[in-house]
Amino acid sequence: MERHLMDSKIKGVSTGTTILAVTFNGGVIIGSDSRASIGGYYVSSKTINKLIQVHDRIFCCIAGSLADAQAVTKAAKFQISFHSIQMESPPLVKAAASVLKELCYNNKEELQAGFITAGWDRKKGPQVYTVALGGMLLSQPFTIGGSGSTYIYGYADAKYKPDMSKEECLQFATNALALAMGRDNVSGGVAHLVVITEEGVEHVVIPGDKLPKFHDE
Amino acid sequence: MSSIGTGYDLSASTFSPDGRVFQVEYAMKAVENSSTAIGIRCKDGVVFGVEKLVLSKLYEQGSNKRIFNVDRHVGMAVAGLLADARSLSEVAREEASNFRSNYGHNIPLKYLSERVAMYVHAYTLYSAVRPFGCSFIFGSYDQDDGPQLYMVDPSGISFGYWGCAIGKAKQAAKTEIEKLQMKDMTCRELVKEVAKIIYIVHDEVKDKAFELELSWVGEVTNGKHELVPKDIRVEAEKYAKDSLEEEDDSDEDNM
Repeated sequence: MERHLMDSKIKGVSTGTTILAVTFNGGVIIGSDSRASIGGYYVSSKTINKLIQVHDRIFCCIAGSLADAQAVTKAAKFQISFHSIQMESPPLVKAAASVLKELCYNNKEELQAGFITAGWDRKKGPQVYTVALGGMLLSQPFTIGGSGSTYIYGYADAKYKPDMSKEECLQFATNALALAMGRDNVSGGVAHLVVITEEGVEHVVIPGDKLPKFHDE
Repeated sequence: MSSIGTGYDLSASTFSPDGRVFQVEYAMKAVENSSTAIGIRCKDGVVFGVEKLVLSKLYEQGSNKRIFNVDRHVGMAVAGLLADARSLSEVAREEASNFRSNYGHNIPLKYLSERVAMYVHAYTLYSAVRPFGCSFIFGSYDQDDGPQLYMVDPSGISFGYWGCAIGKAKQAAKTEIEKLQMKDMTCRELVKEVAKIIYIVHDEVKDKAFELELSWVGEVTNGKHELVPKDIRVEAEKYAKDSLEEEDDSDEDNM
């Protein structure tokens, strides 16, 4: 899997980060840490929100340059909401991911941001899409991203099961975030989780000291 | 024949005192001069039938198509000025293609017909251009949304239908369509009925020879819009001709 670029001194504030999205039976959980850093030495924010809501049941998590990611998600949010009004129906998760992908691909020279788009729609239910740095769009049952993701590939590959229950999935996502935040110096803060189902959207915030502890801690 | 505009009909940018835009109405007349096209939506697909009048024995059979593919899952039957219709089919194709490029999935038919209708409507606003002299029937089949049928006319409105007809015999065709229980029929049954309706509304006296163009999109074609295969078309035409003969015979008995 492609490794997202770590923070770059040229780009200024960036999100050395850990992001993930996991589908379960009836919904999807999208999660991230909350640390923003400059140059890998200074934590510029301990509580930034990397989970952007682009529509009622569709969220994006951002990795890479914070400025680029915010600009892209703002443009994407506008395009998706306009598209949804024209269609007179909620947008497909695939459509939202495609909008992001077009923005990333057409501006790939200038941008340094990658995304995970996850949500629920009537047609295909819960879905997760990765939009990588250069504009690649890939649909997966679950995905992890950001600099912290490199430390949890083993855990994620071993522990993911298709068709989990909501509680199992929450546990999986929380553990994965905790492990990554524990080892990656540019990931940390609180764990933000959003549970998206047909019924609605539920935010769960787990402060750093309430995260699951593993041996050594 | 019908009312003349006398001065208020010179450009599309002029209303008449009784609130009509005559250029648009004249455009609709152009559609009424063309031969009939019908589209019917059934429970698992959409079938189009077009009465193509053969003006010369030298025409190659199967050319001069009046049913176009707009996208894999969308078909379009036209009536009116064919040149206008062909250029608009390109517009529709671009809309469908751009939609897929931006949003990653098939264009929903309602949206496509609204976009084409908006384009057609734009040409009814200015004196520098003339309105398009053609109507279209769009049909598509999608696994989740099912079959859809929309019609766009020269004024730039689009409506959804279970069955519609455009062209010279549209009234007669509509009467026949209304007799059908299309919501309960499958495409295979409907193909024969569509052929029959075209044969019924075709005027033997005025128009002589014609070629029947049939196309469908639905579960039977796996969501792909294509011309009806030759053997099914031949069977449908036979059914149509036989029904007509039966009706002729029964008419004679009643008299």
